[in-house]
Amino acid sequence: MPANGAPTKITQGSRSRGGIGESTLRPDGTLKVTGEFAYSSDMWHEDMLWGQILRSTVAHAEIVSIDTSEALALPGVYAVMTYDDLPTEVRNYGLEIQDTPVLAHGKVRHHGEPVAIVAADHPETARRAAAKIKVEYRELPVVTDEASATAPDAVLVHEDRDDHHAGHVPHPNIVHRQPIVRGDVASARGRADVIVEGEYTFGMQDQAFLGPESGLAVPEEDGGVHLYIATQWLHSDLRQMAPVLGLPEDKVRMTLAGVGGAFGGREDLSMQIHACLLALRTGKPVKIVYNRFESFFGHVHRHPAKLYYEHGATRDGKLTHMKCRIVLDGGAYASASPAVVGNASSLSVGPYVVDDVDIEAIALYTNNPPCGAMRGFGAVQACFAYEAQMDKLARELGMDPVEFRQLNAMEQGTLMPTGQPVDSPAPVAELLRRVKAMPLPPERQWESSEGADVRQLPGGLSNTTHGEGVVRGVGYAVGIKNVGFSEGFDDYSTARVRMEVVAGEPVATVHTAMAEVGQGGVTVHAQIARTELGVAQVTIHPADTKVGSAGSTSASRQTYVTGGAVKNACELVREQVLEIGRRRFGSYHPAWATAELLLEGGKVVTDGGEVLADLVDVLGDEAVEVEREWRHRPTEAFDLRTGQGNGHVQYSFAAHRAVVEVDTELGLVKVVELACAQDVGKALNPLSVVGQIQGGTTQGLGVAVMEEIIVDPKTAKVRNPSFTDYLIPTILDTPTIPVDVLELADDHAPYGLRGIGEAPTLSSTPAVLAAIRNATGLELDRTPVRPEHLTGTA
Amino acid sequence: MRVNFTVNGRPQEADDVWEGESLLYVLRERLGLPGSKNACEQGECGSCTVRLDGVPVCSCLVAAGQAEGREVVTVEGLADHARQRSRGGSRGVPLDEAKAWQAGGPGSRTGEEAELSTVQQAFIDAGAVQCGFCTPGLLVAADEMLEHNPDPSDADIREALSGNLCRCTGYEKIMDAVRLAAARQSGEV
Repeated sequence: MPANGAPTKITQGSRSRGGIGESTLRPDGTLKVTGEFAYSSDMWHEDMLWGQILRSTVAHAEIVSIDTSEALALPGVYAVMTYDDLPTEVRNYGLEIQDTPVLAHGKVRHHGEPVAIVAADHPETARRAAAKIKVEYRELPVVTDEASATAPDAVLVHEDRDDHHAGHVPHPNIVHRQPIVRGDVASARGRADVIVEGEYTFGMQDQAFLGPESGLAVPEEDGGVHLYIATQWLHSDLRQMAPVLGLPEDKVRMTLAGVGGAFGGREDLSMQIHACLLALRTGKPVKIVYNRFESFFGHVHRHPAKLYYEHGATRDGKLTHMKCRIVLDGGAYASASPAVVGNASSLSVGPYVVDDVDIEAIALYTNNPPCGAMRGFGAVQACFAYEAQMDKLARELGMDPVEFRQLNAMEQGTLMPTGQPVDSPAPVAELLRRVKAMPLPPERQWESSEGADVRQLPGGLSNTTHGEGVVRGVGYAVGIKNVGFSEGFDDYSTARVRMEVVAGEPVATVHTAMAEVGQGGVTVHAQIARTELGVAQVTIHPADTKVGSAGSTSASRQTYVTGGAVKNACELVREQVLEIGRRRFGSYHPAWATAELLLEGGKVVTDGGEVLADLVDVLGDEAVEVEREWRHRPTEAFDLRTGQGNGHVQYSFAAHRAVVEVDTELGLVKVVELACAQDVGKALNPLSVVGQIQGGTTQGLGVAVMEEIIVDPKTAKVRNPSFTDYLIPTILDTPTIPVDVLELADDHAPYGLRGIGEAPTLSSTPAVLAAIRNATGLELDRTPVRPEHLTGTA
Repeated sequence: MRVNFTVNGRPQEADDVWEGESLLYVLRERLGLPGSKNACEQGECGSCTVRLDGVPVCSCLVAAGQAEGREVVTVEGLADHARQRSRGGSRGVPLDEAKAWQAGGPGSRTGEEAELSTVQQAFIDAGAVQCGFCTPGLLVAADEMLEHNPDPSDADIREALSGNLCRCTGYEKIMDAVRLAAARQSGEV
């Protein structure tokens, strides 16, 4: 067995057809284009009921009374449950801090908090029954920002905290605080010729995955329950659900249903416990499907943030120091806030060399909607701010913004502010060079022989301009994201791989609990199995809890960690297969004992290419099966006072160039092109890699110019929970996204790969902002930018 | 109430339909055709797009009763619809095909057996499918556009698909897929 995380050095290479490095097509593609792929909201069971959640209409209130009698009396209603009906004393859940009530207990802390649940024979009956539940609230004052949340007399969102962060935070309404101190900022500041400061605001972004939260809970004869669910991590759900249901984990069976996107929004539980409670209560299968309105209340969002930055630089363009304070609004429950704080602080410098830093990041408890994981996870907010600072510094110094960045770019060997050395390629300057070298889109591309094609202009078919008042701008940004779970987390995955002869052909079966959420992990697992086992046929077993945990489909980690687990299990299977071969055929050919043997094209071959046996003959009717956990290199916690520690596994880098055209009179922005260069270590599936980069880029574009959940600062109520009012980019808003993929291997990772899903979401937003600043000359210290910010009417 | 309409060339009857139910709900929950998707149920995302008497509509915004006596094509029927169109657009289903439908019922085909339309195959080949939740609506919309505009410009494609949200792909591979489908339909590739 190789040591944890060490490269195995026994990769077979990629000579097998359909192996790694090829753009093989998705195994679920045909089902998805014919409408037959079963998503969680497509589940159906004879005799099933529909569940509905009643949510709080106010953000912060004591619950004086709940009257469910009218709801229960409605024909077709099978059950109504409140806090008092929960089966055990475990009534809270949470990813790290168990502070989230399954159903509100005497108090609600944010708008849309679950208060009661209903099961009925038709979804409309369930909705009407929920509406008949009478809840009397006594409203409490709300805290909604740092000032109100940390005031001496502030209302506490959670009284009597006893979580492991409670002891080190300066105020009970601060979930977690992470300072990072390195070098000597005071003296470094003295060396600075220019100092720039900035205060930046990052709006609340929603994951807006298209498949709504949904699932089907089926009660089982042994008193357990089987949940078919869309999630990012089956075993994390299970760990949180079983104690609340009062069941041992082996009586809560979980099968992954089709997942319609995730982007962090399915890391926390949504309807899982509610559906199981209703199924166990009624003895009938219960399906819950959120509509889009409820989905906005049913999952955490990206932390909105205030970021205060100071940078200094010498006249010749070298950064001297950086001070920053990052205030993340975690909302009413902790969710992933502590880890987001760890990321925001440790990545707050960006991909630059700065030896002297003074950093603080905190997450608040407020009565705003809970915030947690979303693609980019704390690094996104920081990147928006430090990249704005880089442009300001370049301007102060009269330098080219790309050259200034390249002058300060980190490289392999640079120390992070945490003291951790970056010990794999960090081609920051090269990515900037590449993205800058791409040809620019032609000017005035809306002009045609028949006049202006308004579809190419800001405002589009609204026909607001034919080119008058339209100016172009170009902007650049680069970012750094960590890959995998950090700060000492035991971030393992499990894979079970089986090899046997089926219908005269060697077949590998790969079974993991990895949540395929659209990223293409299932495609890659089959490629790895073909590469390592030399078979053509690979079956991907549905993901469920009959196999060990795969960890979360987040933090850009699945290809690295579950891919690594699949690779490792395949290698062990291969060794066993070869052992069988030696036992059966070893006496017929000396190469069995002396040569390096490979599995290729369904055969055992020597590294010289000589065929020794068919796998069909080697295996006969034997099946070889291995299930094994696999771990990357361990990480350490950050010191709570200094922030020092080898906290991260791997880093991922992307750079963007944005070209925008702005109608300065109306404040309308058209992003003309958003080019990206990213180092991916090794592209296991180039088609999927580019798809991830383009998708991540577009989510960054969304939060640059349109996406924001608006929360009323007086009431903490959500104002725009719909796709009518919360806008995500359409195909008209999204430009061409040329992608330049760089492959510099990370020797610590399987195949040298680098987690790729999140990095493109970081630099996309600040690149668009930089381009708009370049076009308009405006400062623009918040995102998203709306027309009023460009026309001076905000 | 009872609603009678034609889905993918086959007469369908839905009983006990509550008057407030949408066409989308009846397709998904009563007729066993969950291919049309429920991403927003408010007419903003296009994931529930079907053809209603040939016209692409958000089936979440069509009351089930409005479909009475009309013809609906969903993603499940897209391949058959394309096959019929290539035969000259005659209405009705040949007897052998109708029998094949009856034998399995709608939605009973497995992925391997399915014969795909040009646009469906192009979405797979171009990498336009990630989570796939937007895919059915996009396929119906793209197929309809290619029906009347076989050689669309990029601006035409963007305009025609602007009612269909996708959160995974950034639309680039969807553009590629539609360009590929157009080229394949016209025999260029």
